[in-house]
Formats: sequence, structure tokens, C-alpha cells
Amino acid sequence: MRLGYYPGCALHGSSNDYEQSLRACLGKLEVEPEEIREWVCCGATAAHSLNHKLSIALPGRNLALAEQQGFEEMLAPCPLCSMQLLKASKLIKEDDGLRREISSIVEGEISGRVNVLNLIQVFQQVGLDRIKGAVKKPLTDLKPACYYGCLLVRPPEVVKFDDPEQPSSMEAIVNALGAMPVEWNFRTECCGAGMTMAKEETVLDLSHRILTDAQQHGANCLVTACPMCHVNLDMKQYDIERSYSVVIKLPVYYLSDLVGLALGISREALGIDRHFVT
Amino acid sequence: MSRIGVFVCWCGENIARTVDVAQVADAAAQIPGVRSSVHYKYVCSDPGQALIREKIESEKLDAVVVASCSPHMHLKTFRKTAQRAGLNPYLVEMANIREHCSWVHHDRKQATAKAIEIIRLSVEKARNDAALQPIRVPVTRRALVIGGGVAGIQAALDIADSGHEVVMVEREPSIGGKMAGLSETFPTLDCSQCILTPRMVEVGQHPRIKLYSYSEVEKVEGFVGNFKITIRQRARYVDVNKCTGCGECWNVCPLKRNRSEFDFGMGMRPAIYIPFPQAVPARPVIDKSQCAKLIRNGCGLCEKKCKAGAINFKDEDRLVEESVGAVVVATGYKLYSIGKSQPKATLAGYGEYGYGKYKDVIDSLQFERLVSASGPTGGVLKRPSDGAIPKSVVFISCVGSRDNAKGLPYCSKICCMYTAKHSMLYKHKVHDGQAYVFYMDIRAGGKGYEEFVRRAIEQDGAQYYRGRVSKITEERGKLIVRGADTLSGTPVTIEADLVVLAAAMRPADGIEELAQKLNIGYDEFGFLLESHPKLRPVETNTAGIFIAGACHSPKDIPESVAQASAAASKVQVMLAADELTREAEIAAINEQTCAACFTCVPTCPYHAIERTEVRTPKGAFVKNTARVNPGLCMGCGTCVSVCPSKSADLQGFTDQQVYAMVESLA
Repeated sequence: MRLGYYPGCALHGSSNDYEQSLRACLGKLEVEPEEIREWVCCGATAAHSLNHKLSIALPGRNLALAEQQGFEEMLAPCPLCSMQLLKASKLIKEDDGLRREISSIVEGEISGRVNVLNLIQVFQQVGLDRIKGAVKKPLTDLKPACYYGCLLVRPPEVVKFDDPEQPSSMEAIVNALGAMPVEWNFRTECCGAGMTMAKEETVLDLSHRILTDAQQHGANCLVTACPMCHVNLDMKQYDIERSYSVVIKLPVYYLSDLVGLALGISREALGIDRHFVT
Repeated sequence: MSRIGVFVCWCGENIARTVDVAQVADAAAQIPGVRSSVHYKYVCSDPGQALIREKIESEKLDAVVVASCSPHMHLKTFRKTAQRAGLNPYLVEMANIREHCSWVHHDRKQATAKAIEIIRLSVEKARNDAALQPIRVPVTRRALVIGGGVAGIQAALDIADSGHEVVMVEREPSIGGKMAGLSETFPTLDCSQCILTPRMVEVGQHPRIKLYSYSEVEKVEGFVGNFKITIRQRARYVDVNKCTGCGECWNVCPLKRNRSEFDFGMGMRPAIYIPFPQAVPARPVIDKSQCAKLIRNGCGLCEKKCKAGAINFKDEDRLVEESVGAVVVATGYKLYSIGKSQPKATLAGYGEYGYGKYKDVIDSLQFERLVSASGPTGGVLKRPSDGAIPKSVVFISCVGSRDNAKGLPYCSKICCMYTAKHSMLYKHKVHDGQAYVFYMDIRAGGKGYEEFVRRAIEQDGAQYYRGRVSKITEERGKLIVRGADTLSGTPVTIEADLVVLAAAMRPADGIEELAQKLNIGYDEFGFLLESHPKLRPVETNTAGIFIAGACHSPKDIPESVAQASAAASKVQVMLAADELTREAEIAAINEQTCAACFTCVPTCPYHAIERTEVRTPKGAFVKNTARVNPGLCMGCGTCVSVCPSKSADLQGFTDQQVYAMVESLA
């Protein structure tokens, strides 16, 4: 089946290493996501705090485009994008009046039939057994702390994915790669997200707690599936170390990095060399 | 009926203020069939009733219409009045000109006109009334009590002490219920077992109580006064008559590490066991899922050791039948399961508290066992993970209660009190420890209850925080509890050694299936429904079946006991009579016209209609027909509306009467 691909702003901008990583990794698994043509912003946090209708129309436009271009499934690797797309899809499916209104605003019929997937779900579709079979270099040295962040599993009634408090899907994938995920506490806590622009101290505090807890529970790296989390935990790690006078030096990987490494792809091809903490 | 008397009531000012009663009485006198029409200030008063009796005699009335309040209020009163004057009570009708007219209207002229029309309808109904005879059914003077917790024990003893036989069915190997496992009780801190076990022994030894433990109600047939109950006695593999309860078997059993149900997993028990030393009956059972002999024909040590020869590995479930006249349901409660697996999608669980993941996060019944003198730790509070004495304990109330988002909307009522009790018991056992309580509101209504909570806070130093806990995590052997103190508006973080969750109360497992067998109602949460929340709190809508204890709603011990005694007294009233009298307004099926389609049979909510045959006196088959069991029919009229051949009718409320009423309006 054709898989649509909605990169959102992050994967074409600050987090293009994430795109590089997942394209390399999925390519090896013979999954070729096709970018939705003429996609627009998902609305992110700005739209829904300003205008409710706009916050549905922006993802609605992308859903309409995906339908027009004949996709039934679409990968949105950024959890905020996928949550916004799923939320719009849910609201549209529940209220036919709204569906028609949004369809007319975005100048394209939306039925809400496109299935929006996050990166973990794409790996699940490929199948853990198949991934396990394709592993060339088992990651036996790695003890990753799997970090879901806030939006991958929340709000549960919108994303309907894994357990919102005690998730386990990422651990299952990491396990299949031969790595030993650690039990830790901050898997679904907030990293500070967009506060990085408005009030950096908050981000430093929250991310500091996450990194420290992961290390205390024996992790030697952290794995995430969110570009924003990666920015806060990786790029800001130096600032965290400086403000708290600590040395952390905990590498932060995208989930696709780990899968890619296990499949035998080089660090350069995955873009890991472009991370800040190495 | 053509000599009808109409009595228009003023109800003081209630009716007379809005309705011109004199004009109404005059107009009613003109309605065909009315012999006499009068108005009076309070028809329900003694002189008012005397007026009815006098008119029945002087005017030779053959039916009576009282135009006053709702029949719920006074129909019984006026029927008795008529009966005393020699009139069949079912020839009395009421026209409700108070709730349906004077109370809801302002315009006197229009209200008066409406009152006349309402009376016209009732007169028309009275014209078509027939004299009915109340139904009499014989009574089996024995009662069934389902559930052997404190409510069931109280009900059984009350009924048995009044001279009637009681059959008690308990699902667990011993009676005693949840109360037998509690440590001490609020607000007096007296020992739960010390109060309860003498009552349990009384049940076990009572000459009029027949106890079926390790048994369940399989099937219920019959109707009020005449129930036939099939009881499934589960295979115990121990002959209770031969067994002396000596204890050799459970001492010798090598499989000692099985989760104890009675200790809610805080302790272990052998595969052959009694749940606790004071169990009634003090006879063990073998858990067939654990016993090596039953699984793979190994071991068998208990059989060799038993001098009484009571072990029987070939035991099987037995079905026993018992006849009873009344049933008391007292099946109790269970706790909301806090963790991931939930029976319904609306219950999302509290994954953030890590129950089931962290060993030292336990629920309140588990805590009861840890502080109970008869518990697995002998009353020394040791935490489950490493057996250490916890120096700081966090109690979280309302876990699952009052939570529309992922729990249950209702208040579980007893948690505020037992959480205060827990904090006290903890302080009494660990003097240098600190208890913290997170609460939403403190609901301590009850005799001595508020004082008890104050004692926990002021004397025993429990630190109360008004707010919720957002997450519990584990760091270096400590549980990190993060919550909010909404009174000071600050976040709170506590490093705790033990966390106790006061989980919501839910009805016991299998309650819905049991309610369906008994044909009684239950709400969306599974709690059994009373017949009237104020005036019939222990009756159900099925005659002869009563409820007591936490199967009805969350309740503490005093309340459960009071309700059990109330249910018992209702049973005693029923069993005191030789036969039961029931209202005559039930459905009847015309067997001549019944087409035997039996549409009514599955429609009847009370299972009161049966398939039967019409035969000549010599026994020759004539036809099939449906027949109403007068003991079961509650007169709802559902069969009347579905019968295609119009053979079903409701006596005292026939189709003919309804049509006549409607036509009289035209």
C-alpha cells in the first residue's frame, strides 16, 4: 500500500536529521513514504490557541490533499502534527455539518478516511518479527530509556495509541533490535516543548529532570520519536549541563536511528553525526 | 355502575384556591351515572371518610370517585373507607385535580373547567369498573440469604431468631465477607474480627440456619412466597461432615506459596486451606487449579495424613434445591481495579499511580491486612517490597471515585473515614512515621465521624493535603509522589515508603448475572435498585426479594447492618402470614381467544406468563394458551400492548375502560 508522508515544518527545517534518518531506515525496510504535495502547516500550538476553526482547517487541508492524492495512510513523524491531524479527523467524522464547512473552507472534500500513523505504528505495520529478522548488528550494548513525551500517547481519546501512563510499544521495538530498554519514570513527562522560545529555564528544568532520571535508572542513551523533544534533550543538553553544573553526556537518538543502526546503516547515513551529543 | 358518588376535595386551600369546587361538584352531578356529588374541605380526614361511608349507605352507591390528590397519596385510604361501608375496594377511582390541575395552573376559570373534565374521565372509568378480588398466594416460611458478609449474617440471624428457617449461600469457603479481613473499625477503633467472629459462629451453630459455603445460586424459579432455588455446591474435595478442622492437611501440604485471596495477595496459603483461622465453617477446601494430586495425580499427602478420612479427590459440584418464600440479597462489594485491565471502556484506570508495577503501591484492603493482627505480618506493618517498616506513608483518597473521566461518578462514601483510620493505625504502629493524606473533600457525616477525622489530624498528626496526585514514580527505593496542595496553591512532592490507594467501591463480581436470575433491577454501575429511594429502601421491584448492604450502594458497617435488619424485618412480616395478599390489578389472558402466538411470553419483564394447555375435564387436549401467573404478575400491562389477538387485558384498567374514558372527552 502507498504510504503518504507529512513532514511538517520540523522535518524540513531544524530536524531534517530526523527525516534523513527515517528515510534511510524505512528504505532499508522497503517502505517508501511519498510526500503529500503542497502540504501546509498543521497549525501546531499557535492555531488552536487563536482560532478553533483554523486549528481544524489547517490539518483538514492536509487531510483533503492526502485523500485527493489517493492515500489511505499517512505517516506524520512529528507527534504534534499527527495529533493535530487525528484531532481534526475525529472532529470531522463526528460532525457532518463541520465536515462540510471545513471541506468548503479548504476547497477540498474531506471524508476523514485517511489513517494517520506515527513512526512507531509504521514499524509495527512492518512487523516486529520482520525487523528482528533484518537485524544485522544487534544493539546489545545499548540500554536506552524510551521517551514518549507528552503527545505521542495523549490525549488518549484522540490518538488512541498505547497506554497513556505506562506505554510499552517503543520498548517492544527496541527489544527486537537486541537492546535492553531500562525501566524509568519520566517516559511520558513533558520536556518543555515550545517553551524553549518563551521561557528557556522551564525547558532546562524539565529536560534536566528527564535526562537525570534516565541516567539514574541505568540508561546509556535516550530514544525518542519527536523532533521537538530531540531539540530540547539533545541540542539543549549543553545548556542544561552548564546551568546545573553537571555532566550528562547522554546521547539522544530518534527511534529510526536505532532501527537503522541495527539494520547496518552507517551513523553518517542516518545523520547521527549531526547530533549535538555524540 | 350507575349509582356513582363523586366527592370533590378542597384539600384546604390547595385545590380550592385555584378550582371552584362548588361549581365542579355541581357539574359532576350532571355526568351520566352520577347519583350524588358533594364537596368537602378534607375528604381524607375522619369526617370526610365518614361522609363517603354515609353516602354509600344512604344513596346505595355502587362506585365512588374521589376528586382530590394523586392515587399514590390516598387511593389505599379511600379503598379501605369503601370497604368498611361494604363496597368492593376496586370500585373506587381517584380523579387527580391537585397535582394534575390546581398546583400547576393559575387561571381559576380554566382550572375549574379542566377539573370537571378530569372527573368526567374517572366517572367513565368507574362506570366500567368491575369488582375484583385480591390475590392470595401461599407462603413457604423460609428465607434465602445470598452472601455471608456482615449484612447477610445480620439478616440471617434476625430472621432465624424470629423463628423462621434461613438458607445462607456464600461463594467463598468461609462466611465473614470483607469485614472479617479488616483490622479495626471506625470511629471507635474496635477490632473488626472481635465483633464479627462471634456472629459468624452463631450463624454456623444456629439450629435454623442452613449454611452453604463455597456455593453459588445457580437458578431461581417461582414467585413471591414460593421460590425454588437451585444452589451449586462447588467441589470442595473435603467432606465437611467427616472433617474435624484439625489442620493436619494444610500443615502438610507442600504447595504453600499460593496467593491468598483473603489477604488480597499480601500473604500466601497452601493449596488446601481455610481462608483464616476463625473461618466458619472451619473446614478446608482444595484449590483444584493448584493441587498436585488433582492436576497430575501426584502428592496426595493430605489424604494420607487425614485421620478422619475426609479428603475426597473425586468430589464433584453438586446441585441442591431449596424452597423459600423470600430472598435477601447481600452480595457486597469489591474494589475498583486501579491498574490497566478494566472491564469497561469508560473505566480508564490510573496507570500514573503505578499500581501493579510498584510493589509498595497497594490498595486499602491490602493495607487492612498488613495492619491486622491476624494478617500475614502478624500486625507488624511491613511493606511488601522488602519487608521494611515504612517511615512515610501516603494515602490517596478518591481513586476511581468522583471521577467522570476515568473512574466512576459516585462518591464511595466510606473512604474518607477509613483513610483517617488508616493514618491513625499507622501512627499507632510506627510512632516516628509520618502519614500524608491527599483528599478532594472530607466527607465525614455520621455519629462521631467528624471528630474521628479531627483526631487523626490533630492528635495523630496526619498531614492532609487538599489536592490530587498526578504521578507516582520510583527512585532509589523511594516512591516519589507528586501532587498538588490546592489550599496553598503549591505543588507537593513527597518521598514515601508506601502508598495506599483508597479505590472506589464497586458491586461484587457476577452481580448482574445474579440480578438477572432474580429478575431485579440494577443501575449502570451494577448496584441493585431499591423499589423507592425514600419509602421502600430495602425492597426490590420484584415482590419477595430484598436487598441489604453494599450491593445496593457504597456503605459502611453500621449502615449495612441497619439495612440488613430492615430487610430481615420485611421478611419476617411476609413470613408471619399464612398466605400473601396481592393487589388484584394484574393482567389476565382470555384463554378462549388466545391464539397461542406467545408474543407476550418473552415480552413480560417479570417472566410471569407461561405456555400451557387447555384441556377438557376428562383431559382431552383442546388448545395451547398463554396463562398469567398471578403470583408473579406486577400489572405493568406490557403484554396487553403486544397481544395481537387482544386477548390480554389488565384487570381494573381494561382497554374498554380506557376507550370509554377517551370517548367521554370528545
